[in-house]
Amino acid sequence: MRPSGRPRIYGVMAEFDNPSSLIAAAHRAREAGYRRMDGYTPYPIEELHEALHIHDSRLTKLVLAGGLAGCLGGYGLQYWVSVMAYPVLVAGRPFHSWPAFIPVTFECTILAASLTAVFGMLALNGLPQPFHPVFNVARFALASRNRFFLCIEARDPKFDVDGTRQFMSSLGAREVTVVED
Amino acid sequence: MTAPDTRQSREEADHPATGAAATPVIAPGYTFGTVTDKISAIVLTRGTSTGWWFGFLIAFLMANMLFVSLGYLVLKGIGIWGNNHPVAWAFDITNFVWWIGIGHAGTLISAILLLLKQTWRTSINRFAEAMTLFAVACAGVFPLFHTGRPWLAYWMLPYPNTMGVWPQFRSPLIWDVFAVSTYATVSLLFWFVGLVPDLATLRDRSESKIGRVVYGVFALGWRGSARHWQRYDMAYLLLAGLATPLVVSVHTIVSFDFAVSQLPGWHATIFPPYFVAGAIYSGFAMVLTLAIPIRAAYGLEDFITSRHLQNMAKILLLTGLIVAYGYTIEAFMSWYSANTYEEFMMTNRMTGPYGPAYWLLILCNVVTPQLLWFRRIRASVIPLFIISLVVNVGMWLERFVIIVTSLHRDFLPSSWGRYAPTIWDLSTYFGTIGLFLALLFLFLRFLPMISIFEMRTILPQAQVPPNNDEAEGATS
Repeated sequence: MRPSGRPRIYGVMAEFDNPSSLIAAAHRAREAGYRRMDGYTPYPIEELHEALHIHDSRLTKLVLAGGLAGCLGGYGLQYWVSVMAYPVLVAGRPFHSWPAFIPVTFECTILAASLTAVFGMLALNGLPQPFHPVFNVARFALASRNRFFLCIEARDPKFDVDGTRQFMSSLGAREVTVVED
Repeated sequence: MTAPDTRQSREEADHPATGAAATPVIAPGYTFGTVTDKISAIVLTRGTSTGWWFGFLIAFLMANMLFVSLGYLVLKGIGIWGNNHPVAWAFDITNFVWWIGIGHAGTLISAILLLLKQTWRTSINRFAEAMTLFAVACAGVFPLFHTGRPWLAYWMLPYPNTMGVWPQFRSPLIWDVFAVSTYATVSLLFWFVGLVPDLATLRDRSESKIGRVVYGVFALGWRGSARHWQRYDMAYLLLAGLATPLVVSVHTIVSFDFAVSQLPGWHATIFPPYFVAGAIYSGFAMVLTLAIPIRAAYGLEDFITSRHLQNMAKILLLTGLIVAYGYTIEAFMSWYSANTYEEFMMTNRMTGPYGPAYWLLILCNVVTPQLLWFRRIRASVIPLFIISLVVNVGMWLERFVIIVTSLHRDFLPSSWGRYAPTIWDLSTYFGTIGLFLALLFLFLRFLPMISIFEMRTILPQAQVPPNNDEAEGATS
């Protein structure tokens, strides 16, 4: 598959048996000065997000914006239709009968906010992404079963293949692998 | 709920073997690996059993009965159904409300119980969400085909057209279009987002090329990255927070279809809360109806434990009592209003030509669930299964009684009439049950029916000891 010569390197990956060792390793790696790294786990672990200093709350703002857009858009649509584009006079009731517009406004708010939550999450995560270098590690298939991985990436300023590999071996990992790009 | 201590000690007395803890949400002895293997094996390695083929074929034949009925309806028009003036709404809207209501339990389990941090929801939320989707699909069939010309259904949406016509936004029927389509979309998103990590598990574990490719495509390249999980968790919580008011709004708006009209028997302020409670009631009955045979057929008693069934039985009892309160208030208000038409409506409902349906519904929805006060009944599977079936029937009768008895004798005796279903009404209704079951069988065979990644989070091994900064020294 790979052309002759040295392959480019994406990072160094360590495999752990349980969430506690992974979190401890993530703390140690931060202390050692590594910054560009990621954990790979079979389920979400809040303590790992803290250990890796992952605090991205852009999604909440996006969802708020999406919900507001849905709310104003839904109400605006009904106002425009009922008052301007197609006014229907029923027993002298006002065209701008706002209480009757609340249900549809509410549904539009929820719909737009939910679509933003899902597609915003996927967009911020860069998904769908069919291929990623970590899939080059054969044992990485276990990241969706029962193993916990930490990968220090080559773009980290402190990264150097042998040094980082030695460092990761000292973290109590089951196995340490170099990830080809 | 009021005396947790005494309840717990009684539970201990009932189950001395399990010790101090109440019946667990997952049987002891499982690991991340074995949970994954057990659930994914149903899809990947256990193959297709004869029982599955048998069930699927029956359901598929019934679904075909639906397609034939709808095909004939399109050829002949909705005159093949029994509804006509004065009963212009009958089986179609009864079935629509029944199916939509069933869907509500799925959203309640996946969204509201998530926000309330009820870990017991974890093993039942996936198939309850699937149930929601399929129920909403069945519900949609009825209003769509009741329009008579379903190929023009898009006329209900606001879009610029050469006719220069726009929808009437003051009509609850248009509110319904928005509520149900939003509900279907959000339920689908919620279900799919929950599936993505499990699809990645199936992609990584599938032995066949087709399996790897198909599951891989839908897994969207999920790799379990911590950065992804953090946003994923946030999106999932936000969706739960959005779905919670949504589910309440949907059945409220469905009840507006009736409550906003002027008809005695429909024009009642109790309708929104009473419909929402009824929806959850029928939905939990359907979850029990499905969960009990599924856990037996697939040997999932370790994951869907007696605790799940008992909790659902308690919710069934609670919502059943709210529904009973609704019936009482309906009857009380028709007397208290001192309005001739309201009083007549209630007398006619109880003693008129459809009286037996009313008393059968009281028997199914009010009397039968009182058995759930007994722990022995809640803890035994067969009685629970039978009660859940009875409640399903009762909730269908409730909608039938509300719709047909109110319509068939309104203000003017000269406009009174009767309704009886035709063979096509019945074949369409049972056909949607077939469609629902056929979709459910396909789901059970090809997708993980229990959320694998969420099951991992409730294992004891998933507990991370607090304060890792101090624990670090010990691991090195």
